[in-house]
Amino acid sequence: MKPDALLYPAPKGLYCPIGDFYIDPVQPVERALITHGHSDHARAGHGQVLATSETLDIMRIRYGDGLCGTSQPIELGEALVFNGIEVGFHPAGHVLGSAQISVRAGGTRIVVSGDYKRRRDPTCAGFEPVACDVFITEATFGLPVFHHPDDRIETRKLLTSLAQFPERTHVVGAYALGKAQRVIALLREQGYHEPIFIHGALQRLCDYYQSQGIDLGELRPATLAAEEKQDFRGTVVVGPPAAFADRWSRRFADPIAIFASGWMLIRQRAKQRGVELPLIISDHCDWAELTETITEIAPAEVWVTHGREEALVRWCEIKGIAARPLHLVGYDDEGE
Amino acid sequence: MRAFAELLDRLVLSPQRNAKIRLLVDYFRAAPDPDRGYALAAIAGTLSLNTVKPAMIRDLLLERMDAVLFQYSYDYVGDLAETVSLAWEPPAGSVQTDIPLGAAIERLQRTGRAEVRSVVRDMLDHLDTSARFAFLKLVTGGLRIGVSAKLAKQALADMGDKDVAEIETLWHGLSPPYLPLFRWLSGEAEKPALSTPAVFHSVMLANPVGEGDLDALDPKDFAAEWKWDGIRVQLANIGGVRRLYSRSGDEISGAFPDVLDAADFTGVIDGELLVGGTARTNRATRTFADLQQRLNRKTVSPKLIETYPAFVRAYDILFSGEEDVRPLGFVERRALLADIVERASPQHFDLSPLVPFSSWEELDRLRADPPDPVIEGIMLKRLDSPYTPGRVKGPWFKWKRAPFNIDAVLMYAQRGHGKRSSYYSDYTFGAWTAVDGKETLVPVGKAYFGFTDAELEILDRFVRDNTIERFGPVRAVRAEPDFGFVVEVAFEGINRSTRHKSGVAMRFPRIARLRQDKLPRDADRLETLQAMIEAREST
Repeated sequence: MKPDALLYPAPKGLYCPIGDFYIDPVQPVERALITHGHSDHARAGHGQVLATSETLDIMRIRYGDGLCGTSQPIELGEALVFNGIEVGFHPAGHVLGSAQISVRAGGTRIVVSGDYKRRRDPTCAGFEPVACDVFITEATFGLPVFHHPDDRIETRKLLTSLAQFPERTHVVGAYALGKAQRVIALLREQGYHEPIFIHGALQRLCDYYQSQGIDLGELRPATLAAEEKQDFRGTVVVGPPAAFADRWSRRFADPIAIFASGWMLIRQRAKQRGVELPLIISDHCDWAELTETITEIAPAEVWVTHGREEALVRWCEIKGIAARPLHLVGYDDEGE
Repeated sequence: MRAFAELLDRLVLSPQRNAKIRLLVDYFRAAPDPDRGYALAAIAGTLSLNTVKPAMIRDLLLERMDAVLFQYSYDYVGDLAETVSLAWEPPAGSVQTDIPLGAAIERLQRTGRAEVRSVVRDMLDHLDTSARFAFLKLVTGGLRIGVSAKLAKQALADMGDKDVAEIETLWHGLSPPYLPLFRWLSGEAEKPALSTPAVFHSVMLANPVGEGDLDALDPKDFAAEWKWDGIRVQLANIGGVRRLYSRSGDEISGAFPDVLDAADFTGVIDGELLVGGTARTNRATRTFADLQQRLNRKTVSPKLIETYPAFVRAYDILFSGEEDVRPLGFVERRALLADIVERASPQHFDLSPLVPFSSWEELDRLRADPPDPVIEGIMLKRLDSPYTPGRVKGPWFKWKRAPFNIDAVLMYAQRGHGKRSSYYSDYTFGAWTAVDGKETLVPVGKAYFGFTDAELEILDRFVRDNTIERFGPVRAVRAEPDFGFVVEVAFEGINRSTRHKSGVAMRFPRIARLRQDKLPRDADRLETLQAMIEAREST
């Protein structure tokens, strides 16, 4: 079967006409297969949703019980058949519950990687390469400049700063799902056992991670009780990045603005956002990992979804691998 | 190099002065010699290195990278050194080690022109990403990390628990990698002896006259002088060495050979560097804008010297001959100074005249209406005051001419840094003018201080509630004739500008008051600002 007949980009997302399902659709559809819980991939309002049980739990936390008509959990490593199309879920290493979705019919297999990374992450299962004819990859950090450093070096920067500026509040901006919990877990691994204060927007997701057996240590709400004179000096506070600009951050003693993101590699980005201590910690592949993954899987063809498609397509061209951009809209290639 | 690279990364992003100092002190304490000395030199701008052209760095990268991928990368990152440092792929098998900063610099200093290219390539192969960036910034010249030599000296003083004046005095007698300096600061050796006699001595500074400061003081105890709008300098000619220093101890001799050549007396004097004619030649003192033509240059052409002749208006004397006269009173020092100036070149030196007065009220009137447009206020000096380095409260006061004021309309706001990162605290304001027959606001300046914390809350709330457009970190706010926010802006001076669309550039603008009692239509016009420039130019 020609790959294009198996799966193609439609306005609502990647569509499989034979199985009549979409993968990570950006608008409400009858049947949706969801790779992971980030809001640009997992949207509310579909008829039927298939995803890992963790992703379904996360969607329920974010959208409530009315997130979709019916839901069906499917575990990593499991496969299902829709009208002759075999669908499998495989670990993607992006956030808790994240999956790559493989679609097979008539001897042709396409793998939709969703968002993925190759680094070890204490909060989720690691990426597993799946042999395929077409590998659909993201390209969030698809430029040769992106080389994410070892995340232990990055978390150590934060610990050094805590020792150097013990009178300042270390306010870490990190996306509420995945990044925040990973940063906390990394700090714990590095031997930081003080209570960590979290923004209200993180509470339920952190509770959920803990309920799944991921130890985040002692977390406390970063709220001010009226009678308390707490000003958080010398503590680590984690909140969503947007909260920096918010009046929320004014409660902290002399805050030092920290941001955990792959974008922090680019100095001007850090400067523009007023970040004082950038932590280059990413839940996506860097350039070397993207290109090594393609080399390792050795698909006949590479389709590139969101991010800096043109550079990755160019790299494939140089290597003699057939590649094209899919120009999918609706995915947030900046959000990390 | 890794520690130095980390230091640079932190300094670039730390807006607070105290945080920068602490980062520097911790680095100086932890780094070994000679690395820390070379780091100091790189930061203070005293490092001499054969620099490398950006084009060469680009070529080196293109030796092993696809040109199309390079272009995508460079377009995205925007900075060549950063692009190269990030995209550089060391060949398989090469090992990245932490090459000490000192070793890297010494290797470059030994390298001849012909080998530079291969040495830079080799270094890039053996440094890690962050160190590559620091290295490229070093070899292309220009760290641009927002740290002045003055701040670095303050960090040195803090490191050794010394007074910064001591560091400044020693500074020009020392050179990279500053081994004796660091040995002294870490308590391992005596203070280094001065080898160059014409060193910089910390200058005496005045405090602004505050509310009620003068009430308790007797006018008879003070001398008054005009405060001129040039730059404060120290001119030294000791042991046959002539040097000109700025107020902060930066040597600016290279830009003013005319003044140095004329300084044929022995001693150290303090004065204002100005452009134009001295009182002794009966020609006018010219504006700060003219002086600026001569500042920040390593060398000057004879043409520039002729067009913008510089001179020193002498205020004080620190050394007469080789004798330290700083302990003497102001009156005695002034007599010695007058004697020197009298015999010095009339084109290059004059004596700052005293302003006679008998009461503070009289002086206040003189201050409000000075006889020369290049005067920016009055200096008050106790007649018996010795020359004391630093800003001691009591002996010297500065009493500035009232600033200029306009009412302007808030147009754009940007979030601040550090403590202010959750506030819209950098404001662009505009004045009215007719564009194609229509009344329009044009931006005339930017200010980010002058307001109180309470006023900042008010401005911040206005910006958040009245944003009409966002451009990255900048917000445009509503500014219509009958709706908007009027602020009173105070500034020290105003010049023509080709860089700003409005054609005017304010000096030292700040928000003096919030004028919620006014509507934007009542704010000032661009023509008012232009008239201020014309008024000054016509005197």
